[in-house]
Amino acid sequence: MASAETAIHARGLTKRFGTLAAVDRLDLTVRRREVYGFLGPNGSGKSTTIRMLCGLLAPSAGEIEVLGLRIPRDAEMLKRRIGYMTQKFSLYEDLTVGENLAFLAAVHDVPGAVARPRIAELLERYRLTKQRKQLAGTLSGGQKQRLALAGTVLHKPDLLFLDEPTSAVDPQSRREFWDSLFELADEGTTLLVSTHYMDEAERCTRLAILDHGRIVADGTPRELMDGLPGATWLVETDEPRQVQAALHDLPGVIAIAQIGASLRVLAAPEGGFEQGAAARLATAGLMAAVHATGPNLEDVFVAATAKSAERAREPA
Amino acid sequence: MSLRRLASIVVKELRQLRRDRLTFAMIIGVPTMQLVLFGYAINSDVRNLETAVLDQANTARSRELVAQMGATGVVALGRRLVSTAEVDAVLRAGEVSAVLVLPPDFDTRLERRDRPAVQIVVDGSEQVIQAAARQLASFPLYENRGWTQRQGSGIEVVNLYNPERRAPVNTVPGLVGLIVTMTMVMFTALALVRERERGNLEMLIATPVSPWELTIGKILPFVGIGLVQTTVVLVLGDLLFDVPFRGVLWQLYVAALVFITANLSLGLLVSTLTRTQFQAMQLSFFLFLPQILLSGFMFPYAGMPVAAQYVAEVLPLTHFLRLVRGIMLRGATITELWPSLAALGAFVAVMLAIAVSRVHKRLD
Repeated sequence: MASAETAIHARGLTKRFGTLAAVDRLDLTVRRREVYGFLGPNGSGKSTTIRMLCGLLAPSAGEIEVLGLRIPRDAEMLKRRIGYMTQKFSLYEDLTVGENLAFLAAVHDVPGAVARPRIAELLERYRLTKQRKQLAGTLSGGQKQRLALAGTVLHKPDLLFLDEPTSAVDPQSRREFWDSLFELADEGTTLLVSTHYMDEAERCTRLAILDHGRIVADGTPRELMDGLPGATWLVETDEPRQVQAALHDLPGVIAIAQIGASLRVLAAPEGGFEQGAAARLATAGLMAAVHATGPNLEDVFVAATAKSAERAREPA
Repeated sequence: MSLRRLASIVVKELRQLRRDRLTFAMIIGVPTMQLVLFGYAINSDVRNLETAVLDQANTARSRELVAQMGATGVVALGRRLVSTAEVDAVLRAGEVSAVLVLPPDFDTRLERRDRPAVQIVVDGSEQVIQAAARQLASFPLYENRGWTQRQGSGIEVVNLYNPERRAPVNTVPGLVGLIVTMTMVMFTALALVRERERGNLEMLIATPVSPWELTIGKILPFVGIGLVQTTVVLVLGDLLFDVPFRGVLWQLYVAALVFITANLSLGLLVSTLTRTQFQAMQLSFFLFLPQILLSGFMFPYAGMPVAAQYVAEVLPLTHFLRLVRGIMLRGATITELWPSLAALGAFVAVMLAIAVSRVHKRLD
C-alpha cells in the first residue's frame, strides 16, 4: 500500500478519549521530502494525530505506516529514525544548552566522536554557540525554539514531527525558523508541521486542514485556493460595522471579516452575492463599493471549517 | 540496555541535582536536623532532675547514699536544706523538682527495715518528674548497693545494651532508617512525576531510551545520596550522642544499601502512580506514617496487635530496624540477621518489577 516514496500512510486513524473522538477516521498520505502542514484550530486533533504517528499514543482504530514501519507495533524502531519537537519546550531548563544536547546525543546513541562535531555544527547553525554554557531555562523564546530544533535533528532523523513549533515566538523568529525547516527539507528530511498561522501554512508544500478530528481539505496551498468552492469579495465602505450587520444574514454568505476599513466576504459558489448585497445596502441606505478579489488560504480555511460545522449540525 | 544511555541519565540527574540548591541542602540538612531534634527531644528518660537534699541524719551511711543517688545522673543534687520547712518552699517556688529527705533516724530505719528510710518529695505537676521519681524509688536501698541488683520485689533489672538508659542509643540507629525512608521515597517519587509535569517525559519517550534505563538511571544517583545520609547520621550519632557501634561497619553499609534501594523502588512506584508532584508528596507521606508507627521505631513491635505485626512485616523500615539495631547495638553479624536482609531484597524485587512495568513509553 505504501511505496518507498511514502513517508507516512494512515488509514481510518481514530482516537477516542471516552466518548469524544479527538481524531475521527483520518486518512493521510505524506510523501518523502515534503513539508506537510497540519492547519487547524485548537482541539482539531493535530497534536493527537502527531502523537499517534510517533507511536506515543495507541490509536483506538486505524492503520499507520511510518517510514515503512507498522505503528504502534514497531514504534521503538521508529523512534531511532524520527525527531519529535513537542509543542511545549521539553528540554531540561536546569541543564545548559551544551548539556542538553550532549544528553540527547547519548540517549540517541550518537557516538561521542560523532556527537561532538555535530553539536558544534548545530550550535553554529542555530546561532547558539555563545549560549552553550547558559541554562536552557534562561534562553529567550526564539533561542529555546532553536535549541529544541537542534535537539530534534541531532541524530539526523529521516522524518521530523513539529507540533506548533512557533506558537511561542515573535514573527521575526518564526520567519527564520521556517527558513531552517526548508534547509532541512532540502537536505532530504520529511517534515510534518502543525500550525494555526495562515502564513506558515502557505509555505508548506502540501497542507491538510483539520477540524473536529477530520481532514476537511487537503492539497497544495495553490490547489486549495484555486479550488475554493465560492467567491471572495471585498466590500469597501466608511461604515464597515453597519455594512457587516446588514450583510451577515444575506443568503449565500459564509463569512464576513473586517480587514481594516474594508470587509472581506466569503460567499457560496451559487453566486448572486453582488445583486443581493446591492439590494440590502440600498434598503439600509449604506454606501459601499463591492468588487471581486482572489481567494487566500484563510478563505479556504474558513470555508472548509464552516462546511464541517454545518455537517456537524445536521442530524445524523 | 545500553550502558551509555543509562550513564547519560545518571549524569543528567546529578547535574540537575547540583543546580537544585534546596534539594542539595536537604540531603545533608534533613539528617542533621532530624538527628538533633529526635536525638535530644525523643527522650522518655528524665536526666538531671534539679534536686535538693535534706540530710537530717548526716551520718557516713546517709552521705554515702546521697552520693550514690547523685551518681545515677537522674538527679542533679544542688541545694542542701537544713529544715523541713524549706522543703515545701523550694518546691513551691519551682527552684527544684524534687527533694531527697533523709530522716534523723536514717541509720536505725535502714537496720530495722520497718519504715521507709528515704523520702523523695517531688513536684507532681509534671508527669515526667513522677516517672523519674519512680525510677529513683527503685534504687536498691538495702543490701549491697549497686545498679543491677536484686530489689525488694525480687525483680532484677538488667539493662544490658543501654545500661545508662540513654534514649539516643535507641533512637539514633532507628533514625538512620527513618531519615533514609523519608528522603529516598520523596526524592524518587518526585523524579518521574517532575519530568512528566515539566513536559520532559514526552520528549524522552520519543527517543530510544528504555523503561529500565530510565528507572535505573534515576535511582542510581540517589543510592549514593542515601549512603551519604547514612554516614551523616552515624558520624553525628557518634559525635553528639556517643552512640556505640558494636558490629562490623561494612555489614551495616550492606544492609543500608539494600534498604536504600527498597525505598527508592517504592518511591519510583509512587512516581508511576501519580500525575502531579503534589500527589506524589501526599502519597509519600501516606506511606511514611505507617512506617513510623508500626516499624518499631516509636512503639515496640512486640507490643503491637497481631494484625499490625503482619503489616509491619511488609514495611522495609521494620526489617532495617532489626538489622541496624542488631549490628550497631548488639554486635550481631549480617549472616545472623539474614531473614531481614532477605525480606528487604524481596521487597526491592517486587517493587522494582511493578514500577518498571508501569513506566510506559506511551502517553496513554
